[in-house]
Amino acid sequence: MSPSRRCRSSRMELRVEDLTVARGGVPVLEGLTFALRSGEVLVLRGPNGSGKTTLLRTLAGLQPPLRGEISLPPETITYGAHADGVKATLTVAENLRFWAAVHGLADIEAALDGALDRFNLRGLAHRAAQNLSAGQKRRLGLARLLVTGRPIWLLDEPTVSLDTASVGLFAEAVRAHVAGGGAALIATHIDLGLDAEVFDVGPYKADPNAARGHRSAFDDALDGAFP
Amino acid sequence: MIALMLRDLRLAIRAGGGFGLGLAFFLIVVTLVPFGVGPESDILARIAPGILWLGALLACLLSLDRIFQLDFEDGSLDLLATAPLPMEGTVAVKALAHWVTTGLPLVLAAPALGVLLNLPAPGHLWVFVTLLLGTPALSMIGAFGAALTVGLKRGGLLLSLLVLPLYVPTLIFGAEAATRAIDGFDNTAPLMMLAGITLASIALLPFAAAAALRINLR
Repeated sequence: MSPSRRCRSSRMELRVEDLTVARGGVPVLEGLTFALRSGEVLVLRGPNGSGKTTLLRTLAGLQPPLRGEISLPPETITYGAHADGVKATLTVAENLRFWAAVHGLADIEAALDGALDRFNLRGLAHRAAQNLSAGQKRRLGLARLLVTGRPIWLLDEPTVSLDTASVGLFAEAVRAHVAGGGAALIATHIDLGLDAEVFDVGPYKADPNAARGHRSAFDDALDGAFP
Repeated sequence: MIALMLRDLRLAIRAGGGFGLGLAFFLIVVTLVPFGVGPESDILARIAPGILWLGALLACLLSLDRIFQLDFEDGSLDLLATAPLPMEGTVAVKALAHWVTTGLPLVLAAPALGVLLNLPAPGHLWVFVTLLLGTPALSMIGAFGAALTVGLKRGGLLLSLLVLPLYVPTLIFGAEAATRAIDGFDNTAPLMMLAGITLASIALLPFAAAAALRINLR
């Protein structure tokens, strides 16, 4: 990480206030309030379908929040989803080089070297991504995080299909990222062995029927018109 | 943006990228016409510009659903949406990549294929010119249609139905400009209209397509 980037990220904070997120128009989580400062890891916990992915997508700006406020410095987040965004016919190095270039990194080759070493992909660098195993592909997807140069990582089940050794590599990468002034919000079911705060989304579960209860001014006017 | 352009071009020429598919389709359509219409050279010469235009348009349609669908499926589109690139830029670059891999080969091949249809002499030039002016609009309009249908399973069929009517003005003015030039009339008006449609598509549709993509990503 370049010194300038570290300097910028040291002032960075993701703050969420009274956030309600919805999937398909139905609120899934409401009243979320938390903050993520640089140097911190926050682990999201909650059963399947509790809205962790929806929350992460909302924070990533892929969908608008139903209510509430998200404040974060612009262009600081990167999102790691179930799908890795890996092109099967490109090689490992080509995939990473592309994402580094899209994110406007000054020294693409240095970032590429760092990412390959960090996730033990050096020997696979020139192999087409379609010939990778599921775990290797996942490691490539995670290596992408390093070449984005973004300080806040939003990760959705990053350890799926990783073996114990690879989970260790990933935890080490998060530790290094956080030590360098970054931050990570990770939805996961396993213990990564990280020094992290746990944020359980369970208590924030929204009442799915509440949406139907919302009445517009039009409804009220209609009721008034036909007593 | 250059990186995205290079990636799309690289993906197109790698295995399964579909480069040359449109061109081969164009070649086959144009070759089939004389079998269907018969070998009378004056009839073929009359319909040649229209056939070439129609063939190019259909060939263009063939690869439209790949513009965003593949990136949507492997998650790249989500990641591109969070990247520093504006969505409008992404759309414009991907439409340009589609044009370079599909439209441009059609433009270059059309004059040669005109020979198969007994296209009269000045026609080769004019088919080339009108296609060069018109095919960027086909790619851009197609990218807009692809953005609208990106999340849908088997969206390709719906995409064709959405996009083909939008191709009508381009087809009318493109074929008309070529035909008028061959018949020795002044074709400035249809040529201007064709250029206007292309420029308007390039200016406006990236914004519409980006808005459609944002909604489809939710």
